[in-house]
Amino acid sequence: MQLTGAQALIKSLEMQGVDVMFGLPGGAILPVYDPIIDSSIRHILVRHEQGAGHMAEGYAMVTGKPGVAMVTSGPGATNIVTPLANAYMDSTPLIVVSGQVATGSIGTDAFQECDITGVTMGITKHNWLIKDVDDIPSVVAAAFHVATTGRPGPVLIDFPKDIANATMEWYWPSSVEDLDLPGYHPVTAGDPELIRQAAGLIRQAHRPVLYVGGGVLKSRAADVLRALAERTGIPVVTTLMARGAFPDSHPQCLGMPGMHGNYTAVTAMQRSDLLISLGARFDDRVTGKISAFAPEAKIIHVDIDPAELGKVRTADVGIAGDCAMVAEELLSAMNADSETPVVQDLTPWWEQIHTWQEQFPLYYDHTEGGAIKPQMVVEQLRDAAPADAIVVAGVGQHQMWASQYWQFDYPYTWVNSGGAGTMGFAVPASIGAKVGRPDRMVWAIDGDGCFQMTAQELVTATAEQIPVKVAILNNAYLGMVRQWQEMFYEERYSEVYLSPDLPDYVKWAEAMGCVGIRAESPEDVGPAIEKANSIDDRPVVVDFRTDAFEKVFPMVAAGRSNDDIVVHPDQAAPPR
Amino acid sequence: MSAATVSPLHGGMGTPRHHILSVLVENKAGVLSRVAGLFSRRGFNIYSLAVAPTDEHEHFSRITIVVDVESAPLEQVIMQLDKLINVVSIGELSPSEAVERELLLVTVAVGPTERSQVIQLVGVFGGEVVSVGADQLTVMLAGRPEKIDDFEGLLEQYTVVELQRTGRVALPKLDRH
Repeated sequence: MQLTGAQALIKSLEMQGVDVMFGLPGGAILPVYDPIIDSSIRHILVRHEQGAGHMAEGYAMVTGKPGVAMVTSGPGATNIVTPLANAYMDSTPLIVVSGQVATGSIGTDAFQECDITGVTMGITKHNWLIKDVDDIPSVVAAAFHVATTGRPGPVLIDFPKDIANATMEWYWPSSVEDLDLPGYHPVTAGDPELIRQAAGLIRQAHRPVLYVGGGVLKSRAADVLRALAERTGIPVVTTLMARGAFPDSHPQCLGMPGMHGNYTAVTAMQRSDLLISLGARFDDRVTGKISAFAPEAKIIHVDIDPAELGKVRTADVGIAGDCAMVAEELLSAMNADSETPVVQDLTPWWEQIHTWQEQFPLYYDHTEGGAIKPQMVVEQLRDAAPADAIVVAGVGQHQMWASQYWQFDYPYTWVNSGGAGTMGFAVPASIGAKVGRPDRMVWAIDGDGCFQMTAQELVTATAEQIPVKVAILNNAYLGMVRQWQEMFYEERYSEVYLSPDLPDYVKWAEAMGCVGIRAESPEDVGPAIEKANSIDDRPVVVDFRTDAFEKVFPMVAAGRSNDDIVVHPDQAAPPR
Repeated sequence: MSAATVSPLHGGMGTPRHHILSVLVENKAGVLSRVAGLFSRRGFNIYSLAVAPTDEHEHFSRITIVVDVESAPLEQVIMQLDKLINVVSIGELSPSEAVERELLLVTVAVGPTERSQVIQLVGVFGGEVVSVGADQLTVMLAGRPEKIDDFEGLLEQYTVVELQRTGRVALPKLDRH
C-alpha cells in the first residue's frame, strides 16, 4: 500500500492507539492536516500552541496514555517549548509532532524555519528529525516507546514538508525489537540482593517514613504502595507530584512535605531514621537546605532512572527499578522471613507524629465577616465535588492551597505543574484532563495571574464542548511573589499588583462562551459553587474575590533548613 | 608550554586526575551535539575529544572524551550520558589502566641550519617529516600524549607556524594473565 508521508504519519498515530490530539496547523505541517479529515483521531484545534502542549499533558496525567500534540514549524514549534520543558521536569509522556521546512531548505533561514530539534535537545527525552519518508512508521513507534517506557518523558518528531508529500510503501514495525534503539534499555526489576538489604533496613528502623513521589503514579503502584504501607504501618508523605497516590483520608497519610507542606509531613521526614523514597527525586522544594535535610535518616531510594540515585543525597540502598515491581518484591522479601517482625514497634513514633498533628494542623484564620479566604474556597469546592473529581492547578499560592486543602483519595485526580512551575498550566491542562476523563468533574483551581496567561483556551473548550470548571482565586496579585516580597523584601512590592477587575473575568468568560460567575463575599461562595456544579453543557468560570493578604503557611524559606519551618502566626511557634 | 612543565591534565604530584570517557554512540546526525551538550549544561570543559566510526558499516562511532573534573560530578554526567538514547555504552578509563595515544601535525619554519636540527629531533622522537617546503617542514608524531607534550615543548625554540593535535584516543590496557 502506497501512502504519502502525511498519511503514513497519521496512520502510525492510529496504530499507536491515539484517539485524540491537540494542535494548530500552519504552512509546514499543512500536508499532514489533510489526512486528519479522514482519520478516526479526534483533533482539537487550540488557540495557541502552548495550550496544545499543556492539554496533551493534562490528558496524559489523568489517563496514563501519552498525550499527542501537533504544531507547525518555527513559531508554532517554539510556542510548544514550554510544555516540553514542563513535561520533561514532571516525566509526562508527551509526543509532539512539529512541521519543518522542506529538507532542501533546512539551514537556509527559510520562512518559519527553526532548528527545533536543537532547541529542544535538553528538554526532551529524545527527538527525531525525519529525513527519509520510509522512516516514518519506525520513528513514530520508537517515539512512543521512548516516551512511555522507563522514566516517561516528552519526545519531539520534526517532520519536513517534502517528507510529508513524498510516498512510501506502508509497513508497521512488528515489535519493539525491530526498532532502531540499540542504546535504549530501561531498567524494570530491582536487584533482589538490594531489595533484601532494603527489607533489612526497614526491619531495624524506629522512625521510618515512606517518601512517595510522582514515580509511584507513573508506575501505577498506588495499590502495592498501600499494601506495603499497611503491612508495615509506616507513615506516608505524598509529594506535590504524588498527591492521590496514597489516600489523604488514610490514617497513615501525613500529607504533603516540602516548602509549603504541612508541619507533620515536613518534621516527620526531618526526624526520621529511615526514608523509603519511592519514585521521588529529593527535589530542593522538598529537602530545603540539603545539608540539613533529615540528618539522622538512612535512605532507601527506589527510582526507575538510575541517574536519580545519589544525584542529590547518597542512598544507603539505591535500587534502580520500577516502583510497582520493587514495592511488590519488597513486600515478598519482608514476608519471606516469618521469624522476625517486618518492622520495629512504631508506637512511640506514631505518638510523636500524633502530637505534631494535634499541635500544628493546617490552619488559616476563619474569622467571619472579612474577605473570602482562598483556603475556604478550596474546602467548599472539595466538599461540593464528587470524591473522584479531578483538580488541576497552575503555579503559585492557589496551587499550594489546592494541594493542601483538597482531599485526594484517588490516584490521577491531581494535575499540576511541579518541577517546571509553569504559570498558565491549569486552564489548558484541565481541558486535556476533561477530554481524557469526560466522565469526571474537572475543576481548575487557578490564580488570576495564571489565568491571564492561557485563558484563551476556554474558547477551545467552548467550541469543542469540553465543560471544564475554573475557579479563579482572584487576589489581584501575583500572590506568591507578593508573599515573598512581604516576608523577605520588607514589604517592598515590586510589579506584583494586577487589579481585581481588570480584566472583568465574568465578561471575559462570557465572551469566550462560558458561564461567568462572581463571588465577592464569603456568603456568595457556596451558591456560586452550587451553580457552577449544576452546569454541564459548557465551561464555567468563577471569579472568587479573595483576601489579597492571605499567605501560604507553613513555609520553609528558600535555602533554609526544614527545621526552620514557619507555621501560621496564630499558631504557637514550633519548638526548635 | 616548555618541556619542563607538566601537562595541565596532570596534578602537581604526578598523579593524573583527568578522566577518559570512551563513549560508543550511534553514528547519527546530532549525536555529538547531544553528548557535548550534557557537559556544557553542567559547566564542564571538555579538554579533548576524538570521534570516528568504529565499524565498517559506520553504524557506530566511538567518542573519546577527556575531562578534567572531580570524580563525583563526573559520575552524574556519566549517568546522564547513559540516558541519551543514541549512547550505546560508556566506559570510564583510568589513565593508569588505559593505553592513550595522540597524533600531532606541526609545521615549523626552518632556515638552513635549523632544518637538520628539526629533522634530527623528529628522528629521536620517532616522528616523520610528511611535507617539505622551501623554508618550512611539516612533521607528524604519534604517541603517548606526554611524549607529544615533550616534543611540542622542544619545538618552542623554533618558529612554529601551525600546530594541530588530534586529542587522545584510548582503549583499556590488556590483562597480562
